[in-house]
Amino acid sequence: MGKTLVEKIWDAHVVKSQEGFPDILYIDTHLIHEVTSPQAFDGLRKRGLPVYRPQQTVATADHNVPTLNQHLPIQEELSRYQVDMLTKNCKEFGIELYGLGHPYQGIVHVIGPELGITQPGKTMVCGDSHTSTHGAFGAIAFGIGTSQVEQVFATQCLLQQKPKTMKIEVNGSLGAGVGAKDIILYIISKISAAGGTGYFVEYAGSAIRSLSMEGRMTICNMSIEMGARGGLIAPDQTTFDYIYGRELAPKGEKWDEALAYWETLYSDEDAQFDEVLVFEAADIQPMITYGTNPGMGIGVTENIPTTASQPESEQPSYKKALGYMGFQDGEKVLGKPVDYVFIGSCTNSRIEDLRQVAAFVQGKQKAENVEVWIVPGSKQVEAQAKQEGIDKIFQEAGFMLREPGCSACLGMNEDKIPAGKYCVSTSNRNFEGRQGPNARTMLVSPLTAAAAAITGKVVDVRELI
Amino acid sequence: MKKFEKLKSRIVPLPIENIDTDQIIPARFLKATTREGFGDNLFRDWRFDSNNEPKQDFVMNDPTYTGRILVAGKNFGCGSSREHAAWAIQDYGFDVVISSFFADIFKGNALNNGVLPITVPEEFLEKIFAVTFANPEAEILVDLEAQTVTLAETGEQIEFEINPYKKSCLINGYDDIDFILSHTAEIENFEQTRPFSFYR
Ligand code: SF4
Repeated sequence: MGKTLVEKIWDAHVVKSQEGFPDILYIDTHLIHEVTSPQAFDGLRKRGLPVYRPQQTVATADHNVPTLNQHLPIQEELSRYQVDMLTKNCKEFGIELYGLGHPYQGIVHVIGPELGITQPGKTMVCGDSHTSTHGAFGAIAFGIGTSQVEQVFATQCLLQQKPKTMKIEVNGSLGAGVGAKDIILYIISKISAAGGTGYFVEYAGSAIRSLSMEGRMTICNMSIEMGARGGLIAPDQTTFDYIYGRELAPKGEKWDEALAYWETLYSDEDAQFDEVLVFEAADIQPMITYGTNPGMGIGVTENIPTTASQPESEQPSYKKALGYMGFQDGEKVLGKPVDYVFIGSCTNSRIEDLRQVAAFVQGKQKAENVEVWIVPGSKQVEAQAKQEGIDKIFQEAGFMLREPGCSACLGMNEDKIPAGKYCVSTSNRNFEGRQGPNARTMLVSPLTAAAAAITGKVVDVRELI
Repeated sequence: MKKFEKLKSRIVPLPIENIDTDQIIPARFLKATTREGFGDNLFRDWRFDSNNEPKQDFVMNDPTYTGRILVAGKNFGCGSSREHAAWAIQDYGFDVVISSFFADIFKGNALNNGVLPITVPEEFLEKIFAVTFANPEAEILVDLEAQTVTLAETGEQIEFEINPYKKSCLINGYDDIDFILSHTAEIENFEQTRPFSFYR
């Protein structure tokens, strides 16, 4: 019997498989950042261990950095201490750091692909759940906790149970104004925020194939929002073209060697998945979330489902979510006023996202009632945006282009949405308080966010293009 | 790591579904660089209002309910990979979390810190809530060796699943690093077999 792509990559990385034990899985690349690494470095010190393969480890500062005046020392003391600690630890343990001020600095899941570190067939981990992003290249990439960060530091391996596999096919073509973000929000709304738990998901089908690498990253990024361990897409010419020539991509003979291997990375036709789901692209409209988990999403023209329509045991949680959002059973989100628009995060802060937003807002002005924050995913994205004049378009529209970081995606630095305010956001989580205490988040695509910025309310972007 | 064998305790009921790690410990409290002290901010925004006053209607501020076992609705621990969530739960004083469904990463993080996540059937979870709300002093017995959870009052018992390797780690207080480090020769051999340099 054939193998799934996940099985192929997994099996190629098993150092040891023993009955009754999880597999010892070799990790090719370990990405780290300031928030989930300090306790792991401490652990190493306590055990008197070095980082086993420091050259397979890359660090950046992203979660906790300010997105204004990055050239100045960080104001907030605890944040500064945490970022300084990363610098100190990387130096002590010999790890390459693309920290603040470095031209490669950025959100860890944006810089990996951008620098060519992310490659097909790799195993990649990071102390961050959205590590699934890198799966877009046909890699096994997943988030880990700090104890596991320490394990990878110490051994370049992880103890892991082989995951079950799920295939999600999206076939056909997307309508105008509908993009990768809408696909993934649609899938999660159909299978729920826990529907993928225990699985590694492979996305397939013509609608997925036709996506750019950026779009594929958006899809894989949110795999964790359905509870999946990770998500991946078999590499193809789009993938190879994206990687070719990047800073840390293989070059010359190594490229040929790598490519020959990468071309073997697909699920065999007779491979068995534990679960297969099929969706039609034509059924997907621009999506928006109305609740406090990413599974609570609807097409932008649809009505918020009623509490009564939910399974009885889930009704109290459902009610609580609507109460938090200030929404009523059965009403429309369309036309709801918006206070903030956040375009950023590892889901949608790549140059393609910024280009798409810029193309839409060119010559337009933001609505008076909204504040618009655009936070590029990396220094390179920022530089590219400036080179293309995108920054000017944003400026004229009244948008604020900030400096790279996680920003309002998680409300850890000062970029927080005030209590009770509505934020239309291109990030990936709408949990209570995610963007700041009592902030109300509605997750959308960059285009829908841009439309909200211009009109000051939730609108169907298809009517504006 | 702390050893775990048996526990008899009252419980703290939290019948809410999809409790995510941002609720367990909001990001703004992740700035610490050690593992200690996160318990103070466990469920911060449910426990305290914006003036840092305890919210009276939240179960953890109700002295009626106390204990070392947290019982929560399904899909507990979804969201981010922050191990701080497991640290906060442990630091606050919970040794066991019972739910009908756990998010993967949280479950692994809990186990790696000696906090035992126990998955029970939906009906049993409902029963625990019902029993506790009827009698807040009701106790639960957790026996890791036997892999059982028992309602002390009624004697109702169910078995739970746990990976045998993880079970022995908890009972003996070992962690994964100790285990993997005993295989370094195999890791080095494996590295020799890699088809080409995966990094640079
Ligand atoms: S942008 Fe948001 S989701 Fe992505 S790594 Fe940063 S905090 Fe996590």
